[in-house]
Amino acid sequence: MTVVNSEEFIVQAKQLYKAYNGLAVVNKLNLNIETGCFCGILGPNGAGKTTTLRMFIGHCPIDAGELNIMGLSMPQNASLIRENVGVVPQMDNLDPDFTVQENLYVYGRFFGLSKRVLKQRIVELLEFASLQDKATCKISELSGGMRRRLTLARALINKPKLLILDEPTTGLDPQARQAIWQKLRELKKQGLTLILTTHYMEEAERLCDRVMVMDHGSIMADAPPKQLIRDEIETHVLEVHAADDALIGQLKKDDSIKRFEQSGDISFFYGDKLKHALDILEQGTHDDYLYRPANLEDVFIKLTGRDLRE
Amino acid sequence: MGNFGEPFLYLLVLGYGLGQFVGEVQGMSYMAFLASGVICTSAVNSASFEGMYSAYTRMDVQQTWLGMLSTPVNVAEVVFGEMLWAATKSLISVSAILIVATALGLVTSAWALFILPIAFITGLCFSSLALLVTSHAKSYDFFLYYTTLVITPMVLLSGVFFPIDSLPNMVQGLAKSLPLYHAISLVRPLMTGGEVTYVALHLSVLIVFCIIAGLFASQRIQKRLIK
Repeated sequence: MTVVNSEEFIVQAKQLYKAYNGLAVVNKLNLNIETGCFCGILGPNGAGKTTTLRMFIGHCPIDAGELNIMGLSMPQNASLIRENVGVVPQMDNLDPDFTVQENLYVYGRFFGLSKRVLKQRIVELLEFASLQDKATCKISELSGGMRRRLTLARALINKPKLLILDEPTTGLDPQARQAIWQKLRELKKQGLTLILTTHYMEEAERLCDRVMVMDHGSIMADAPPKQLIRDEIETHVLEVHAADDALIGQLKKDDSIKRFEQSGDISFFYGDKLKHALDILEQGTHDDYLYRPANLEDVFIKLTGRDLRE
Repeated sequence: MGNFGEPFLYLLVLGYGLGQFVGEVQGMSYMAFLASGVICTSAVNSASFEGMYSAYTRMDVQQTWLGMLSTPVNVAEVVFGEMLWAATKSLISVSAILIVATALGLVTSAWALFILPIAFITGLCFSSLALLVTSHAKSYDFFLYYTTLVITPMVLLSGVFFPIDSLPNMVQGLAKSLPLYHAISLVRPLMTGGEVTYVALHLSVLIVFCIIAGLFASQRIQKRLIK
């Protein structure tokens, strides 16, 4: 039995369970997140990511199990816990009736922060979010990226210890996404604990110290991203597009192929060197193929399958 | 503006137009009679509109409430805040109409200033009812049921346009069981210098409706958002 120290772990979940209409969405989840960690949760739609995060801020009643955030139990201490948590929701919920700085001000007032404190804080946050010039703009005048940055700034108004981000870069262009990444790295350096869900493998791979792959309410894998790629999957992938059965049969003769998958007209060969298969392709006429190192997306697909999720 | 313009039109058009046929009602000009009714109706409409369409927008479309609930604020506080804001809107529109009514010489007593707190309480009462409706709404269309089946009949039967003594007893009983009648019973004498009676009764009806609807609304919204 391990003794869990609440100083060390900012989130401690034990046998956390939630069902909707008899269907388990979060299924006996055991999870400890250490303070200062940048933790990513990956999973297909409906895997239970958002539900889990909503439990962390008391937005979802817990059917069974225990949840402690910063040593305080949820949901009894929901308000107290939220005082030290910042939330960037999946869907922007900035108030369109207010300007950029009013949004920050009003939100800060919900935390009971004084006018004087907020005045200073808003200047800092606008600078952090690179929105200094937009202070008096209405929300409708902001681009998607600016809105997300403002939502991020708003989540920091109470100087949280834990920042929860639910798909913070979904729908953003690459520039806007990289800007958000840069801000998040900065926050991580300041010692904040961050928990992020995303559908972008690259995002998780670049930002997170630790990645959890979640499906059907359970954690399928949990490790630093590099280690996940090392431990959970073969080193290389050969993707052959529109190959006929004869070619596939030939390629499969390579002994170093450990796993083969067919999805539509793409054949995936997983293995370590795949030298023999590559030789065949080089000598043949079929040139529509890609040989590459395995990445987090391959791990993800291996763990959660290729089926579409609704 | 919308909450002020419409009652103002009613007051002018019906007051002048219909007033010429009606003459005096309960010892006052029809315009004066109507003014107090219109004031209460405007408090009802302002608060109801805010508690339905605007609140639903913040609850569902913009998810403003979920944003607020990511701070230490809880659901009951959000609901109470909405009620205060809706009642403030009632207060604003009633103040505007009261100023116009005074300019038209329809206010005969300084006691009319007490109409303002009553407008606020009426606003609280109807915002809390509206929020209860909103808590069950799946779309904006739902509000039409409440306005058509509850608000409009209530306005027609609560003594806004004519004294309800002429109505059958059963209908009178129905009107008296709804809060608008009680708001009018307080506002009309305050505005025209009559004697205000049964203050405690009228106020308690408004307050009881407010509290009960507020509690149910809050409970229902909690279930709806925290799920």
